[in-house]
Amino acid sequence: MKVLKSIRILEDKCVGCRACLDACPYNALYMQGKKVKIDYDKCTLCGACISKCKFEAIEMQKQAGFESAVSLKEAMGVWILAEQKNNKVQSVSYELLNKGRELADELKVDLTAVLLGSSVKQEAQCLIHRGADKVIIVENTILNHYQSGPYSAVITEIIKKYKPEIILAGATTIGRSLVPRLAIKLNTGLTADCTALEIDKKSKLLLQTRPAFGGNIMATIMCQKHRPQMATVRHKVFAEAKEDENRKGEIIEEKVSSELLNTDIILKDIIEEIEETVNITEADIIVAAGRGIGSRENITLIEELAKALNGAVGASRSIVDAGWVPYSHQVGQTGRTVCPKLYIACGISGQIQHLVGMQSSDVIIAINKNPDAPIFKVANYGVVGDLFKIIPALIKSIQSSSE
Amino acid sequence: MLNIVVCVKQVPDTTDVRIDPETNTLIREGVDSIMNPFDMYAVEEALRIKEKHEGKVTVISMGPPQAESILREAISMGVDDGVLLSDRAFAGSDTWATSYTLAKGIQSIGQFDIIICGKQAADGDTAQVGPGIAVHLNIPQITYVKKVENIENGKITVERLIEEGYEIIEASLPCLMSVVKEINEPRIPSLKGMMRSKKAQIKTIRADDLDVKSEYLGLDGSPTQVVKIFSPPAREKGEMFTGEVSDIVEKLSNVIKEIK
Repeated sequence: MKVLKSIRILEDKCVGCRACLDACPYNALYMQGKKVKIDYDKCTLCGACISKCKFEAIEMQKQAGFESAVSLKEAMGVWILAEQKNNKVQSVSYELLNKGRELADELKVDLTAVLLGSSVKQEAQCLIHRGADKVIIVENTILNHYQSGPYSAVITEIIKKYKPEIILAGATTIGRSLVPRLAIKLNTGLTADCTALEIDKKSKLLLQTRPAFGGNIMATIMCQKHRPQMATVRHKVFAEAKEDENRKGEIIEEKVSSELLNTDIILKDIIEEIEETVNITEADIIVAAGRGIGSRENITLIEELAKALNGAVGASRSIVDAGWVPYSHQVGQTGRTVCPKLYIACGISGQIQHLVGMQSSDVIIAINKNPDAPIFKVANYGVVGDLFKIIPALIKSIQSSSE
Repeated sequence: MLNIVVCVKQVPDTTDVRIDPETNTLIREGVDSIMNPFDMYAVEEALRIKEKHEGKVTVISMGPPQAESILREAISMGVDDGVLLSDRAFAGSDTWATSYTLAKGIQSIGQFDIIICGKQAADGDTAQVGPGIAVHLNIPQITYVKKVENIENGKITVERLIEEGYEIIEASLPCLMSVVKEINEPRIPSLKGMMRSKKAQIKTIRADDLDVKSEYLGLDGSPTQVVKIFSPPAREKGEMFTGEVSDIVEKLSNVIKEIK
């Protein structure tokens, strides 16, 4: 196999400004005299240097590669993969419809939602009310709960039939397990966990922007020659599409052959574990606790505040590791990434691993004893003080105003 | 006797990688390369399965020659063998080409019963390579595993974390699972393990050693491409509330009321 050196420096154009050196995450560029050289052992062809060169002195060549199952020419229309649990459409689907509608209008094409379940016709109508022109439904008892095998087989089949150009799905447990399978089966590209999506004015391609390196860097990604262009979208980043009960649309019932429904795993049971507090990825308000709350017993204070606000309880890694709160509440790099409308950090110092899991929240309030705690760098509102005095008073104030 | 393969990745210590807001360039002073933190749980779980059921654990990684160090780290924890897929032909791989190459690499090692991946890599955070490998190998996939309950008669039963709680899932072997942090606490390498890891032979596999098509490798085999990187918009400087508790609480209540 030939050695690929598909990236090179055009020496006649390189002025030795070093802008590319600083852009390289892998330290693969170095100066030799007044020109830049590439250390091919370190370069991963990530392309980060190319957009940084003002002199177009870095050239990356890409061979044709393989072809996708949906051809470039035929692909048309924007799809969203709706999510249901117990045959009830999940709110992330409405967020996808909102963004999907915008992209479809820009491209002047239809917006189609796909919904799998055991009895979803009623819910399909809700998707039309929220902006879908068409809803493709597949109903079967096997599709009641998400299962990787049947879901990916069925959706692959209908994508091949209808050939959409863009597909959006939620970056949820379901989306992040399902959509990577579709991308491989369809020979196409997928960008995970996007926080911004737009149509490039010139090329009409989908610009997919997502955080990388734990949120310290944003990357914009394109899928130029393969269809559909697929992206999972972070929950709660886009607003939900508004409901309009007068909107009309078409519901298409697809029948699929039984062999697509074969499953290689058996779902034996589902154990719901959400205690008194709501699921943190769905919550609009999260009250989170860190070491500063002092002991396991004091969690009740945080729970009370969360309850008063109708929110969920979040936690830093340290108190989860200490066994004060179950792991399902952990926010941060090794826990969950959340972006609620309001995040109240109580006694959380704000280690970077915690910040990457919550810094895209709309509004952050931090309460901490230490004025130098890093949490204050991301907080919109900060309080340096004793949370054992502030929180009880805050609970009272909220309760009295809601009465 | 179970053959367990663990996929690991070398990543920059992400907490250190950031963009200088003034020059808009990456700061990488003192950025170390480490084993992806999520992969530590995958290695640990493989070792626990081996200890309970007997078997062999192989770690595999795709990356530049220096990625060898994380394979040695895994060996120091007790893993039997390390395999490195390293070739210029693999450079520029997105998750499509990476999962293809790893799947082919795993097939080239021989028999496997369980493939274990970390939940996601800490640099890209995509969580796409595990499911990708499962599709390429046409084996069952179980993501977000938080507990292995049982392995017997060619079947594995696990608990899979979902937003509302967890599922109990049974799959036939061979299968692929990705694990979350809750599953275990990775061990510290023993002195004996560290000695062994220094001497261990790491097998390097190049593109020519694999039964692969070049159009599926590296940059050519990658449908997606990064077109721009930039710094996330900085949060505006926050407002500090000071004074008596009652004043602070009043201000906080007003902020909360506006949001609700």
